[in-house]
Amino acid sequence: MTMIIDRLGPVPEVGDDRGGPGTPLLAVKDLIKHFGKKAGFLTKAGAVVRAVDGVTFDVGKGETLGIVGESGCGKSTVARLIMQIIAPDSGDLLFDGEAVGSEQLDLTSYRKQVQMIFQDSYASLNPRLTVEDTVAFGPRVHGASAKQSITLAHDLLHRVGLEPARFAGRYPHEISGGQRQRVNIARGLALNPRLLILDEAVSALDKSVEAQVLNLLLDLKEEFGLTYIFISHDLNVVRFMSDRVMVMYLGRVAEVGPADAVFSNPSHPYTSALLASMPSMDPDNRTQEAPITGDPPNPINPPPGCRFHTRCKFVADVCKTKEPALTDVGGLHYTACHMADPTSGHPNALNAARAA
Amino acid sequence: MNSNMTDTGPIVDVRKLTVDFSTGGGKTVRAVAGVDLSLKKGETLALLGESGSGKSVTLRALMRLHPDSARFGGSVNVDGRDILAMPYGDLARYRGKVVSMIFQDPGLAFDPVYRVGDQIAEAVVRHEGISMQEAKKRALGLFERVRIPSPERRLDNYPHEMSGGMRQRAMIALALACRPKVLLADEPTTALDATVQIQVLLLLRELQRELGLAVIFVTHDIGVAVEVADRIAVMYGGRIVETGKCADIIRNPSHPYTQGLLASRTGHEAVKGSRLVTIPGAPPDLSNMPPGCPFGPRCKYVMDRCKTQTPPLYDVGADHFAACFLIEQQAASQSQLQSA
Ligand SMILES: Nc1ncnc2c1ncn2[C@@H]1O[C@H](COP(=O)(O)OP(=O)(O)OP(=O)(O)O)[C@@H](O)[C@H]1O
Ligand SMILES: Nc1ncnc2c1ncn2[C@@H]1O[C@H](COP(=O)(O)OP(=O)(O)OP(=O)(O)O)[C@@H](O)[C@H]1O
Ligand code: SF4
Ligand SMILES: [Mg+2]
Ligand SMILES: [Mg+2]
Repeated sequence: MTMIIDRLGPVPEVGDDRGGPGTPLLAVKDLIKHFGKKAGFLTKAGAVVRAVDGVTFDVGKGETLGIVGESGCGKSTVARLIMQIIAPDSGDLLFDGEAVGSEQLDLTSYRKQVQMIFQDSYASLNPRLTVEDTVAFGPRVHGASAKQSITLAHDLLHRVGLEPARFAGRYPHEISGGQRQRVNIARGLALNPRLLILDEAVSALDKSVEAQVLNLLLDLKEEFGLTYIFISHDLNVVRFMSDRVMVMYLGRVAEVGPADAVFSNPSHPYTSALLASMPSMDPDNRTQEAPITGDPPNPINPPPGCRFHTRCKFVADVCKTKEPALTDVGGLHYTACHMADPTSGHPNALNAARAA
Repeated sequence: MNSNMTDTGPIVDVRKLTVDFSTGGGKTVRAVAGVDLSLKKGETLALLGESGSGKSVTLRALMRLHPDSARFGGSVNVDGRDILAMPYGDLARYRGKVVSMIFQDPGLAFDPVYRVGDQIAEAVVRHEGISMQEAKKRALGLFERVRIPSPERRLDNYPHEMSGGMRQRAMIALALACRPKVLLADEPTTALDATVQIQVLLLLRELQRELGLAVIFVTHDIGVAVEVADRIAVMYGGRIVETGKCADIIRNPSHPYTQGLLASRTGHEAVKGSRLVTIPGAPPDLSNMPPGCPFGPRCKYVMDRCKTQTPPLYDVGADHFAACFLIEQQAASQSQLQSA
């Protein structure tokens, strides 16, 4: 494969591994983002949506962290906070050991190293730019010559399975949804980032093109030591791609751990419900009932105690009053459920302790 | 002429549909190249297929939602009316009232500057001439129906204030607002988590049963197709290359493309660290289709005649068809065996 880095000249100094291999590439601490709400027909002003409500995690260098969770639980908001598209209410972001926006790491050099591929492929493309100009735009802005950036754009379009001869001159409305998403992916790669956030980046692709793009992402990761945050609702894909998986529920982390442990041994009841909700794949045995029903609670007024308690079939008294902390269940696997903590007072906690 | 058909006749009947676009450089893209589709009341068809194979263009043709540069061929009959010949004046009434659609991108369905509830109520007022107050009540009922949490409050949301998943459910509510007979769904659950997805699929199944809706459901997720569809049609290069009952397609895929598609899945079989199975090669250039089978250049079974002749749909079994010469060949060798 041609080196993408070579095309853009020397690797910028800011892109070097500065903190050393032991430092996480990204450390997120106590991130909080509440969205304000204007007065509506039936609501008072002043209510806030607690979209991200105290989220802490690390992403190691060269690691892929998968994020899954309920629609609306705050995954994209976390991604946008990391991207600095929106400002957090509070919380810290450390990139390779340096605070984002500090003297050592100003926003411009940070933004060059972190790219995001958005969920909504149509809204994120400029309708007036052709496919090749869309991909070439970033490198151009960062100083590559017109010729260099077009060559790079064509190379990337080819890599994501869009033949430049056929697609380079088209506009976003002249290509299919899956083709648009691949333009987004090519654009995200064009600046040669160290961290790539993929927010539902492959969900608009058919399975064979998806497989191609996932293989490409794995190749790029190996070749350039890229680090990914991979957000998706497709649990099979997340399991396949991720080293570790973080499960979110209503603005908080419910469970985090090695992908295989989380998927084969989920320790949070929400994770179990999520896994049980996967389509059956058996036409004679279609799903008759949803594993969890009921409405996800309102993020304006999240339930006290465990945020999942209103829908959890193991709910006990303690769950309604005390918020469970992330508890170590062994093997770098953590879960925010009272049942995992033998001292919580949850009646099932003793069994869990004995079984462990 | 209104629907004077019997209940058993097809409500959607598409014959030899072609859709051509002219793009920059004077090229013509044949996005749909002769599609036949027929759908009964209360039936759900899942359209699977390659990205760019013409699934969305086919759906949009059923709404006649294409730019003026689009050229149509063949016929599209819905509820007894010829959509391709329908006067502009009737189209606005037809859209939403007879056929309505849930888009792939929720961003396209709603105007970003108006409240979601108002947009739904507005659509009802426009189509049915009932009072705004009545329409707002219906919007609330629809939000409850698609299980949007705190529906009163959510009606006041602007589209950007909803998460992707919630917008998708709001869009289903909008699509159902004028009680259509045919629902076209373009990957409506791709943006939903598994717990909500299964709820939406069960909801669509329930609505389809209760309202007798005919549904065409585009999806990339075979599991989703299995959950909602009676039949599956697989598209490649602007054509339907295989169609049949769900179970037959899953258990006995007969077209090499369908076989490749099923093999590409990241199911439990996919071992981490290994590479996923893909179909080698690139999809065909729709502005310069080679003669013969559209899948020929990527097919591992390709024969000489595949390069010159286009295979028709052959009978593979009960209500199961595939457009591949292998089937004819297998049938021939079978009958030879039998007569020997
Ligand atoms: N700009 C905004 N103003 C008000 N509320 C917002 C805004 N953006 C997001 N929200 C709310 O914040 C919450 C989290 O949204 P977010 O988009 O992060 O969810 P998500 O996990 O990405 O969901 P999905 O899986 O559906 O994409 C939701 O309740 C959403 O309605
Ligand atoms: N307005 C247009 N002008 C030119 N070409 C178009 C136009 N709309 C669609 N096409 C082309 O027609 C083909 C079919 O597009 P369509 O959107 O139907 O694909 P699809 O099967 O829905 O794919 P996906 O799964 O990626 O959404 C694509 O190759 C696309 O590039
Ligand atoms: S803490 Fe209680 S309510 Fe929350 S997930 Fe565990 S058992 Fe269920
Ligand atoms: Mg999101
Ligand atoms: Mg499409």
